[in-house]
This record gives sequence, C-alpha cells and structure tokens, in this order.
Amino acid sequence: MSSPKPRIPDSPLVPYPSGAYVPERDVKEIPVLETHHLGIDFGGLTAVDDFSLTIGKTEIAGLIGPNGAGKTTVFNLLTNVYTPTRGSIMINGFSSAGKTTAQVNKMGIARTFQNIRLFSNMSVLDNVRVGLHNATKENLVAAITHGFGYRKAERQSKQAALDLLNIFALEQLADVPAGSLPYGAQRRLEIVRALATQPKILLLDEPAAGMNPSETQELMENIRKIRDTFGIAIMLIEHDMNLVMGICEGICVLDYGKIIAKGTPEDIKSNPTVIEAYLGRKGAKKDDA
Amino acid sequence: MSKLRIRNLLNKNGLTLAALVIAYAVVGILVYTNHASRQMSNMLISISAYIVMAVSLNLVVGLLGELSLGHAGFMSVGLFSGCLLSIALSGGLPLALRLPLSMLVGGLVAAVFGFIIGLPALRLKGDYLAIVTLACGEIIKNLITNLKFTGGALGLNTGSIYSNTKDLLPFAFVLVLITVIVMMNLKSSRYGRAIMAIRDNRIAAESTGINVTYFKLIVFMIAAFFAGAAGCLYGHSFANVKPATFDYNMSIEILVIVVLGGMGSVRGSIIAAILLQMLPEVLRDFSDFRMLAYSVLLIAIMLLNASPRFAELKGRISLPNLFRFLTRKPSRKEASADE
Repeated sequence: MSSPKPRIPDSPLVPYPSGAYVPERDVKEIPVLETHHLGIDFGGLTAVDDFSLTIGKTEIAGLIGPNGAGKTTVFNLLTNVYTPTRGSIMINGFSSAGKTTAQVNKMGIARTFQNIRLFSNMSVLDNVRVGLHNATKENLVAAITHGFGYRKAERQSKQAALDLLNIFALEQLADVPAGSLPYGAQRRLEIVRALATQPKILLLDEPAAGMNPSETQELMENIRKIRDTFGIAIMLIEHDMNLVMGICEGICVLDYGKIIAKGTPEDIKSNPTVIEAYLGRKGAKKDDA
Repeated sequence: MSKLRIRNLLNKNGLTLAALVIAYAVVGILVYTNHASRQMSNMLISISAYIVMAVSLNLVVGLLGELSLGHAGFMSVGLFSGCLLSIALSGGLPLALRLPLSMLVGGLVAAVFGFIIGLPALRLKGDYLAIVTLACGEIIKNLITNLKFTGGALGLNTGSIYSNTKDLLPFAFVLVLITVIVMMNLKSSRYGRAIMAIRDNRIAAESTGINVTYFKLIVFMIAAFFAGAAGCLYGHSFANVKPATFDYNMSIEILVIVVLGGMGSVRGSIIAAILLQMLPEVLRDFSDFRMLAYSVLLIAIMLLNASPRFAELKGRISLPNLFRFLTRKPSRKEASADE
C-alpha cells in the first residue's frame, strides 16, 4: 500500500482452454470469477439468462447495456443477494452456491451500489473500519472490556483505514459523518469501504454516475491505480462510454438479460448487434409500418 | 491545551461514569446515615433497575435500530428464575453471595429466552418485529401467570429473600456500573460499529461481510441478559411479585425512557430513567394520568426530534459548548463595549 507498485501492463485477450477470453497475463492463473449459464426468473419474467462470463485475476472488465438490461441484477446474483434460478458461480475456483451475502464477501467479492449505501450516521473513518470488520482481531470479551488486545486491534484498524482513505484523498474528512459528504466523495468512500474487505474482485455499479468529465478522468486513474496496487480484478457497470472504452480490457454487453456481445473495446465498438441494441435497427420504423 | 482536554473529557464517557459514582456515593451516604426519607430509599432500587433496563434496551433500539416491545418480558423471566434460585439458596448462602449468583443466573436464563425468541423474530424487520416482541412479552407474562411454581396470578412470595435498600444498594450500584461500562465499551468497538452499520444500512452491511443475524442475536441476548439481572435485583426489593406487573405497559415505559433520553445515548437513558421514575412520586396526586403523560411525552419528543431547529438548539446547549461559553475570552466587540 505504502510503496507504489509498478503498473500492470496492458496485454491482449487470449483464450483459456475453456474458450473464455482473458488478458494474456492472467491466463496461467485461476480466474477470479467464472459464471456458467447463470440465470434468474422473477415469477414468469426471465431477468437474466444464460450469463456465462470469465474474469481474469487482474482484469478490468466492463458490463454495459441499455437501461433495464439486467446489469445490476447480475451484480445481485454474483453477491448472492438474489439466489440464481439456474447456473453456477465460481469465485477463485470455489462455488458460492448456498452462501450468504456476507460469506460471499469473505470469499472475495466486494461491491458498491448504484444508489449509494453508506452508513450515513457514522464517521467516514468508521465506515471504512466496518469494511475492515473481518480483518480486525477483536473478540466479544475484548469489545466489552476494552482489554485483551482491544487497544492494539483498534490502533491497527484505525491505521489501516487511514491508509486506505489516503488512496482517495479522503483522510482529511475522516471524522466527518459519511452522510454529509459531497456526492463524489460518497462514491469514493463506498469504493474505499469495499476495498477494506480485501476483495479479490471489486464490483462497481455505475461509479461515474453524476460525475463531471474531470472527475470521471480522475476516477479512471483511480480504478487503474487500485488494480495495480492491490492486484485485484475489477468489474464495472457504467453508462459513460469514454470510461468503459478507456479502461476496460474485456467488455460484456447485456440486453434483455442475455449477453449479446463479448470482447475487447474495439470489437464492441464495431459490433452491429451492440449498435442495434443501443440505437435500434436501421430502417426499423419502416418495417413496423 | 488543558482547556481542550477538559472539553474532550466532557464529551467522553468518563464524565458519565464519574457522575454516576458521585450520585451513588451521595445517595449511599444519605441512606446509610439514615438521612434519606423512606420514600426516597424505597425508590432507589427501582430507579437502578430502570436505568439498567433502559440502557440495555437502548442497545436494541438506539444502536441496532430495531423496535423491541418485549423488554419487560425478559425482565420478568430473569426476576422469576433468579428469585426462585435465591429462595432455594436463602437458607444456606448469605446475601452477598446469593444475590450476585441469582442475578447472573436470572440474566443467563433471560439471555436464553432472548436467543429462543430472537432466532425466529429477528428475521423480521421494523413494525413486524415490534409486534412479535410485544406478543412474546405477553406470552411470557401469561406463561408465568399459569405456572404453579412461580406462584400463579397471586404472584411469587419473595418474603424470605426480601432485603431493604441498605442491603441492596451496593449490588444495584455495581449492576448499573457494569451495564453502563459494557454498553459504552461495546459502542466503540468492532462489534458496536458492526451493529450501527446494520442500523444504518442492512444491505450494505451484509455485502461488507457482516453476518447480520449473528449480530442481531448477540444484541438481543446481551440486552435480555441485563434486563434479567435487573429483574432479579428488582424482585429482591419486594415481598411479593406479580407477573402481571411486567406487561406491555412496562415495556412501553422503558421505551419512553430510551426515546426521551435519546436513541443510542447511554447518558440520556440514565437521566431519563431517574426523571421518569421520580416524576410519579412527585406528582402522586395525578397518578391516574401517568400513562397519558407518557404517551403525550413520547409524541412531543418524536415531533421535536424531527425538527432541525430543535436539533440545532440541542447542539448549542451541549456540555462542551457550555464549557466553551463559560471559559471564553470576551471578544473584541464586547471588550470595547466594556470600556
């Protein structure tokens, strides 16, 4: 954390034996996330169907698609907020079937939310310390008596939290209630809190929503920085195409709950199916009439 | 520099503890030198019990953010189990050993009840949990009323273990002190942060790796434990206890104390418990209107707490600000006016 690590170089996508594409540098590692034919039905409505995706150990992946395509549902499936109707999820080679959301977090998935969900009555520092909860060695006896290693554990968690806040230049605001932070800072704090749980993959749900171009630029740098410093994978949902095309190595496009395209930003940009999903088919009006 | 330190101290829990110790010392001197009126010394144990009840319920309502309306139920479970043990032991053991032991057992039995009720009930949220806890409190009351060994509706004859305030006061003091310290410590620990995180946003807490059910149960059990211990102490100050005393009215009474004192504030709960227990004695002539006064009070506090102007006023008259006001140097404007 303290010493800057070298940048992870860009590398082209190459296929796994399974046929999924990941950056070349990750091909010898176990994929951090692997889903097979994942799907969920709400009553008669199929929200997500046949969602198969592989994300390499240090990949930055994008999940895009028109509104209502099921992107956030995919995040909720990956974190077991929803129980999948079909298919399987492997985190770092282990199945997450039957686990609770908290257990999935311990397995290595951390996320942020589209509509910010901070612990708004608690201080910025305490928000991050909640993220450090499972890393803090402090049992109930220590918590009640403030003895038996309480001081050491608290000191360590405070320092770790400040170090993390430092990455996003939030350490000045450590004592401020999280709810009174400006919007952009709240989004950054959510990322810091997610990082505090020491994930292997970070799911960001529209991290650039409501940000101006210069803030988005800064966010892009920060996302890269997180990947390089922690050596983790990042998967993001985003509508800002400059951000997605700028930092994602692999992109997955979702429409009506189904994957309609996968590939590098270049592939996606020129893919006719994607263009159709976003802009409609050429001459569609004429056909309807 | 030292000014800053005093101001910090005023904010901290040390002040609450110091005030508590001083208050009990003063009361103790009055009681043991026979200067306290009979009426006052009779109230001391019940005030102590109410402080413990309110502070422990505050853990559930203020810190965890779940409305529990069955706190009196846990109190009566602790009371009857603790007092039955105390009666059984009253031949052999002196009070100094018997009372702590029966308070511990009463607390543990209440904690077990907290676990049993909490396991299914804590899957519910908000209003539904409140209704279920309310019902559980009533079930406990009816259960105790219909059991043979608890004395039934006539109540448990605790004449053999009845002790006066002089004997009970030290135990009451220690119980209050332990409860207050535990609550304060818990609040500023890994556990307290997790509990408050659940209160602020359950979904976010879950995806941050916090086992919500586990923490809810822990909170419920700790609160039940202290309620049970307080109940056992309370029982020792009467010659006869009826299960019907611990109905939902009592649960609401404790909730009023918590709300009046401020959600999550240990100090507030203590002050409110003392105030609301003394008030009926002071206004004895209007005792019929006591519950009415409680409901009006509850509504008034809710309305006031929702008003930003009241929050601002509260912030302005806080102890640290009072200290700042008293020790401030006269500003230039005022100084020139003096000249």
